[in-house]
Amino acid sequence: MAEFQTEELLIATVADMLAGLRHVAVGAQSPIPGSAALLAQARSGGALRVSMLGSEAHSPFTDGGRELFDCAAQGRIDAFFLGGGQIDGQANINLVGIGDYPDTKVRFPGSFGSAYLYFLVPRVILFREEHTARVLVPKVDFISAPGVSEETTHRTGGPHALVTGRCVFDFDNAAKRFRLRSVHPGHTVDEIHEHTGFEFETPDQVPETPAPDDATLTLLRGPVAAAVAERYPSFATKVFGTASAA
Amino acid sequence: MSDLLTSVEDLAARIPDGAKVALAPDYSGVSLATVRALIARDAKDLHLVGVPSVGFQGDMLIGAGCVATLETAAVTLEEYGPAPRFTAAIKAGTLKIIDGTCPAIHAGLTAAEKGIPFMPVRGIVGSDLEAHRDDWMIGSDPFGEEDGPIVMVKAIRPDITLIHAPLSDRHGNVWIGVRREMMLMAHAAKDTMVTAEEIYDGDLLADEKLAPGTIPGLYVTAVAEAEKGAWPCGLFGRYGPDDAHLRDYLARAKTEEGFAGYIDEFVHGAKAAG
Repeated sequence: MAEFQTEELLIATVADMLAGLRHVAVGAQSPIPGSAALLAQARSGGALRVSMLGSEAHSPFTDGGRELFDCAAQGRIDAFFLGGGQIDGQANINLVGIGDYPDTKVRFPGSFGSAYLYFLVPRVILFREEHTARVLVPKVDFISAPGVSEETTHRTGGPHALVTGRCVFDFDNAAKRFRLRSVHPGHTVDEIHEHTGFEFETPDQVPETPAPDDATLTLLRGPVAAAVAERYPSFATKVFGTASAA
Repeated sequence: MSDLLTSVEDLAARIPDGAKVALAPDYSGVSLATVRALIARDAKDLHLVGVPSVGFQGDMLIGAGCVATLETAAVTLEEYGPAPRFTAAIKAGTLKIIDGTCPAIHAGLTAAEKGIPFMPVRGIVGSDLEAHRDDWMIGSDPFGEEDGPIVMVKAIRPDITLIHAPLSDRHGNVWIGVRREMMLMAHAAKDTMVTAEEIYDGDLLADEKLAPGTIPGLYVTAVAEAEKGAWPCGLFGRYGPDDAHLRDYLARAKTEEGFAGYIDEFVHGAKAAG
């Protein structure tokens, strides 16, 4: 087994969740999800369409900022990524701030399109590398976008999984909670419990998150790294040692 | 015709204190030249609308005390990190924040574009955003084809849309290419003020390749030529962001004194023409 970096494991893990999809969109400030989408695209032989906000090479839109959202409402986007300053056990996400809104003690950038895309993209993958009880809380201070909705609410999308720097959780929509799927190499189930602020289901046997295989690493460090460098030059340099295209 | 061509200083003078001003995100068309001129003329009480987010122009205007209200889906300097003067203003309680979400802002502008009072929009139900908005309401499908709640957002009609574009002709036609959020912004606002990298000799609407990406002059109130008008941000197809400068801004704007020094240097000082 080849040596790999944590970022490469995370990219490969997220890319596995995108297999077989038609169209994946990637929002702002998402180098790891963006790289995962490009890896999944490379694996698909180009069949997967990747739309990356802020990229000139990977944007199919000609109707301005609203087109991504219009596409999502029509079911034209299969997967999207959201993060959160806080994420709770019901998969509510908080992109606004900590404390009593609007007088937040800690202010985050804002909700972006989360309050909409979370409802309309079937496979929303929550990604947050920092896995601490500070981020993964029992209840978020502000719900930018709710993880689950009432039956009567039009909702064709929602949380699929949560990927952190320590593990992968699946979201069980019926039980409205996370279930530990796998723990990354070098981490333990006990450690996950220690650093997670919310309750979640733990199966008797929790496998290790599969390491990226040689074919994945070859693809990732070659054509995928070059494509990532167009949108995320400093990330590509740091992880893959890719010279900036600019 | 050419009386719509004016200076950057005049654009700033014609954006009155208290105006509701729509701004584009940093990756679209941002008129930092006019932002500096607004700070130089000590603009006050602006109500900024991020379409759908704001970056450096928002952070600078907030830091300089020009902004009373910020309506946006986010404030982001992307990989440069949290917006320092925005964060400080929220902490100090000196900025009214109206938190939204991208498609609701697009929907509000679309309503204004169509001259109708509101627009329904998907999602949002159950978000705490909705609880804090008196200009959003929960209704239902009047045709009864769909059960369940649907959010209606009130039209957003900016007094002014302020943008930077690669080209404008002397008729006020402004080429924005594929960055059509600026088309929506121009349609929705009462007045659109533009800085352009260069003035195009001829009629942009007469060229069938350029016309579809052109805001017609009928929406445009005034244009100023401003080479590198988006600097230190970038302009699509022309130049990228000035990375070293933006990092320097981030470092200095962490403190009020550092920010004041930056403004002295690049707005009031010798480098203001930058």
